[in-house]
Amino acid sequence: MMDIRVPVAVMFGVMGALLTGYGVFGDQSIYGRSLGININLVWGSVLLAFAVCLLILSARARSRRGGEP
Amino acid sequence: MTLTWLDWLLMLVYFGFVLGIGVALKSKTTTSSAFFQAGRAIPAWVCGLAFISANLGAQEIIGMAASGAKYGIATSHFYWVGAIPAMVFLGVFMMPFYYGSRARSVPEYLRLRFDEKTRAFNAVSFALMTVFSSGISMYAMAKLLQILRVFDAPFAALGIGPEYIFHIAVVSSALVVLVYVLLGGLSSAIYNEVLQFFLIVAGFLPLVYLGLRDAGGWSGIVRTLPPAFTHAWVGLGSASTNPMGVDVFGVAMGLGFVLSFGYWCTDFLVVQRAMAADSMTAARRTPLIAAFPKMAFPFLVVMPGLIALSVHGGVVPVKMYEGTTTAILDALGKPQLDYDLTAPTLMLRYFPTGMLGIGLTALLASFMSGMAGNVTAFNTVWTYDIYQAYLRPSASDAHYLWIGRMATVFGIAASVLTAYVAAQFNNIMDVLQLVFAFVNAPLLATFLLGMFWKRATGHGAFAGLVAGTCAAALHHGLTLPAGAIAGVKGGWLGALSTYPSEMAQNFWTAIDAWTVCFVVTIAVSLMTRPRDERELAGLVYSLTERPRDAELPWHRRPAVLGVVVLVATLLLNVVFF
Repeated sequence: MMDIRVPVAVMFGVMGALLTGYGVFGDQSIYGRSLGININLVWGSVLLAFAVCLLILSARARSRRGGEP
Repeated sequence: MTLTWLDWLLMLVYFGFVLGIGVALKSKTTTSSAFFQAGRAIPAWVCGLAFISANLGAQEIIGMAASGAKYGIATSHFYWVGAIPAMVFLGVFMMPFYYGSRARSVPEYLRLRFDEKTRAFNAVSFALMTVFSSGISMYAMAKLLQILRVFDAPFAALGIGPEYIFHIAVVSSALVVLVYVLLGGLSSAIYNEVLQFFLIVAGFLPLVYLGLRDAGGWSGIVRTLPPAFTHAWVGLGSASTNPMGVDVFGVAMGLGFVLSFGYWCTDFLVVQRAMAADSMTAARRTPLIAAFPKMAFPFLVVMPGLIALSVHGGVVPVKMYEGTTTAILDALGKPQLDYDLTAPTLMLRYFPTGMLGIGLTALLASFMSGMAGNVTAFNTVWTYDIYQAYLRPSASDAHYLWIGRMATVFGIAASVLTAYVAAQFNNIMDVLQLVFAFVNAPLLATFLLGMFWKRATGHGAFAGLVAGTCAAALHHGLTLPAGAIAGVKGGWLGALSTYPSEMAQNFWTAIDAWTVCFVVTIAVSLMTRPRDERELAGLVYSLTERPRDAELPWHRRPAVLGVVVLVATLLLNVVFF
């Protein structure tokens, strides 16, 4: 069966990278509405961290089962 | 607020992944068991997240924030009283019969335990109910996307008028769900529900964070709003001292028992997720694992309602006549509030481009998970409990797989049709509430007696179900919520009494239907011939070997998990008393 952690991690990795990238390089004047917080940078990094955690969990589960997919 | 390329790109990424999961599972979906039951091979945590995600449809996400703004934190009762105890009961006591009987669906369990007519009654009413509710959910979401007006500018740039946004939203989301369910069946729906679950959290968590910051934290909300809005139980002593118009008995019996157990323990939409688990203990742990995030969900979906009420003197938008900027006034001449727009209005208020893309994707994800839940439950019940049972009993497995795929197309087409019918009536939500009270409430009595009283018979169960449904109709026909006009809201047989609110009437209709079904099932069972006890092994509590959990580590034992869940829920109620 498919390990759903991998596609979820990849999707959040892509979304997190897009948000973080925009938070760093994009227009900085849009954050008035989010109370002055660069929410794209903050939440993008959280999503990236979440993606990494899922990948680690999935890799651990794979190695415990002796490399079986 | 306008959408930029980034928001569109984020939505596209989401569509790419949901469809991708369907494509990846296509080659594994070659038998009817793989398509309808996910091969009974899904791990417990995946089933658990799918279990709660299938229930987190658009109505839930939109409706809970709306009720939060209308009734305050007491809306959490729908979770803490109206869901958690029932989920624990399902996992600890009922799952052994659903999973252990090898029934492929809830109606099929009724055939094994009772007889054909009880199953047929349940299969037909359930099939109608799923199509109906997925159509309404589709209507609610498409309407919301249209009223939000964020899609107006990009569509205008393509030369498409805003009146087409409703149609585009209905057709495109229906197509995506159609494709991924068609390809991978129940596995595809379940795996996508996990993805959608995380997306919903990813869209709502920053919203609550920013909103609470703006409101000055929970203490800021407590300072701004009247106490009835920030205490879950204070005021429930009598129907007149809380915004819902319901007393403690109504909440405990109507919501906490009949409606919640009726939904969580008998509705195949959620039970199907647990039945797809890879073992008996995994199936039993599914609703218990789901209970942990469920417990915390009021903070994500009810809290936005409270935030919208308390920041900047209240930001819940005013209801307008369609296509105009004229406010709709109530009987006192004050403008009516459009509570359904609560959560998305906050998103537009706090989210800049980028984060807004994630927020809108979360709304779409909630809508799709709810719809896929309905569609997979519908195609299974249609194929196994109607087509195979009564139309073509002994065809090849490949034939049933094909019929299941056709049922998916038909179910989605019927939902789209329902969405357009719903657009013609403004009372459609009330009708949906009614259907649940009419179908699920009596069914709960049938299941409780079926699983825990070996003397209950098929004739008893069928008579009880019919009588219970009639009792619900009679109660609804003879009572009316205060201030309503006789018709779809009740009183069509002449209003003998009135309730302070629709919610109170709804709770009491359910209590009534349950009681009548319970009493009639017992009476008729005692008058009819009991079934041979040997035929009931594995179907009734007293004739089934208890599942042995002693050798499992404590955190995998359903009973232990159940106690942990209940204690945590109790603590939440004390904190927000």
